[in-house]
Amino acid sequence: MELLLFSLLNGVVYGMLLFMLSSGLTLIFGMMGVLNFAHAGFYMLGAYLGYTIAGHLGFWAGLVAAPPLVGLLGALVERQGLRRVHRFGHVAELILTFGVAVLIEEIVQLAWGRPAKSYTVPAVLDFSLFRLFQSTFPAYKAFMLLISAGIFVFLFFVLARTRAGLIIQASLTHPGTVAMLGHNVPRVFMVVFGIGSALAALAGVIAGPVLGTFPGMAQVLGSIVFVVVVIGGLGSLTGAFVASLVIGIIQTFAVALDYSLGSLLGGLGLTVARTGFLSELWPITIARIAPILPYLLLILVLIVRPTGLFGTRES
Amino acid sequence: MLSGRHVVIGMLALTMVAWLAPGAMAADPIRIAYVDPLSGPFAATGENGLNQFRYAAEAINKAGGVLGRPLEIVPYDNKVSPQESLIQLKKVTGDGIQFVFQGNSSGVAHAISDAVQKHNERNPGNRVLYLNYSAVDPALTNEKCHFWHFRFDAHADMKMAALTDVIRANPKIKKMYIIGQDYSFGKAVADAAVKMVGQKRPDIQIVGNELHPIGKVQDFSPYVQKIVASGADAVITGNWGADMINLAKAANDAGLKVPFYTYYAASDGVTAAIGAAGIDRIRLVHETHPGNPSAPKGLGDYVAGYRKLHPKNDVNQPRIHTGLNMLALAIKKAGTTDVDKVAAALEGMEYTNIGGDQILMRREDHQALMPVYISVHTNKAIVYDLDASGFGLAIENKVEREKVTQPAACKMQRPS
Repeated sequence: MELLLFSLLNGVVYGMLLFMLSSGLTLIFGMMGVLNFAHAGFYMLGAYLGYTIAGHLGFWAGLVAAPPLVGLLGALVERQGLRRVHRFGHVAELILTFGVAVLIEEIVQLAWGRPAKSYTVPAVLDFSLFRLFQSTFPAYKAFMLLISAGIFVFLFFVLARTRAGLIIQASLTHPGTVAMLGHNVPRVFMVVFGIGSALAALAGVIAGPVLGTFPGMAQVLGSIVFVVVVIGGLGSLTGAFVASLVIGIIQTFAVALDYSLGSLLGGLGLTVARTGFLSELWPITIARIAPILPYLLLILVLIVRPTGLFGTRES
Repeated sequence: MLSGRHVVIGMLALTMVAWLAPGAMAADPIRIAYVDPLSGPFAATGENGLNQFRYAAEAINKAGGVLGRPLEIVPYDNKVSPQESLIQLKKVTGDGIQFVFQGNSSGVAHAISDAVQKHNERNPGNRVLYLNYSAVDPALTNEKCHFWHFRFDAHADMKMAALTDVIRANPKIKKMYIIGQDYSFGKAVADAAVKMVGQKRPDIQIVGNELHPIGKVQDFSPYVQKIVASGADAVITGNWGADMINLAKAANDAGLKVPFYTYYAASDGVTAAIGAAGIDRIRLVHETHPGNPSAPKGLGDYVAGYRKLHPKNDVNQPRIHTGLNMLALAIKKAGTTDVDKVAAALEGMEYTNIGGDQILMRREDHQALMPVYISVHTNKAIVYDLDASGFGLAIENKVEREKVTQPAACKMQRPS
């Protein structure tokens, strides 16, 4: 019971963090048709800027200041980079974002060095929120959950209920028509790119103290975010939300499960041979393969439903 | 205007100067390759190791070097990947370097050890010596031993023998949880723990034996939750680098209060991450005196000197000093850098390390024999702290060399 509840909580916290990253990525893809490889780089940059600002002015200043800074940088990348190479096609854009990703990683290593930074949880939130049986739930995780839920509500409100959201949604599918109506579509793209980058940076600022702030952090989370976006359906915000939660929960629950593949098959009434072909596979527990489960899910989704759970177009 | 011919002559002259200069200025250095992670999740560990090698080499060079030549440490980034390590090893041999130090990850160590053995058998005129300062999978000096591999750290079974001696004396422990990284070293620790705890304390129940992917887990909360759910009252882990930092953080967050018996829960960011939550709870098995509460003669100055150069880092691997100095002595004794002769000189060598311990490089399997220490994470009476955090390790037990020594199972083939 205790394990179940805490696994669920941890899974939701992790899933919401993934959502903060993937929401920006999926919006950018929806608009430009380009997977932004630099997205995880903006996440890392957010964590490092947050760390540096926190060192001078405190955690809260970092939380407020780092995302807009990274957002501006993102907008700059779109305005000066992506827009220029746009006419050379998607491959050029893809390579540009890839280049920016490499650049960010190198710059971070040059500016902050290779060792992990001791980015710590602010003292105000450094206590345990509640204790259930034997485990405690840290207040900071509740704070993470609160922020990411807030972002989720805010994004949906903006996109579904405001005029700006209407224009963004229209630009996603009918950029030509929107431009005809007198809206500056390139500027919409730039703003969305900037906001997406700022969201990634915000995720970095709040995840940095918990998941560690080090030059490899972009790589570790980067690949999983792509999985989320593809499973959810490229360009679909709802899809990204559902896929983030599903992957977050699957990953935490898989760790908690000690069933092996053999015992699962045994439960289905099948017996497995102790020797011979594949016999080494059966004693492997679900917990040990937890990290590759999202990728298995990715393959499964691509086979069964290539558009992703909520997507409308072929990836 | 310069004509094309002038430019060519000028360049030729420059080349001549560049070619002559090093010979005129200093003796040709003895180059030593350092193949370890300098990027990725374990970069912090690798970089601090490199700095310790340079620091140790500096001291040797100040004392006149080896055979009148200075030592030069040449770094190669292997990203803790066995495949990448083999590419780097090719570079090392291509650069004409004969001595290779590597320590992080036994998975990498197996790959390098294997490659070095094959390379040496095929290229008798261009051999390399593999000096392993930290990879502690026992197999490296047992089933997989060969003439060109030497290990300067106590291996996993030696350390587990010491740890389980301490665990035996603690009647409060009834349920043990083992968690480690999913590769040869993590498995070796788990196997040794199951075997030795079973022998010394058959009443202790192993309530969990978990392997997680190395360097891939960012949030250890689900694993910690599982430890809590198992009702364990003690944990054994061989985790290192980012995996140890994140495990410690998650344990702190979940309020897990049981004692941890670890191999590497100190320094390179780990001590700072554990902080006050780990006082008198986190224990570490390691070689060489931790320096607290009172450091052996010589160790204190060495540690303080390093801290002056690297204010945030520590001498957390004194075996780097041991390994480099034993290599230097072996080259001196052999009078040459010929790999086979240096290896022969290392066999059976006795050395008093920076902490005053007697180290013997066992001839049979090239495993260094040494006493092992059990220390506790604390902030009381700490003279030499770690991570500049105010916290450090204080000695609790010293397990003598004879008690730690494991039988040698190596059938060494020596070049004839």
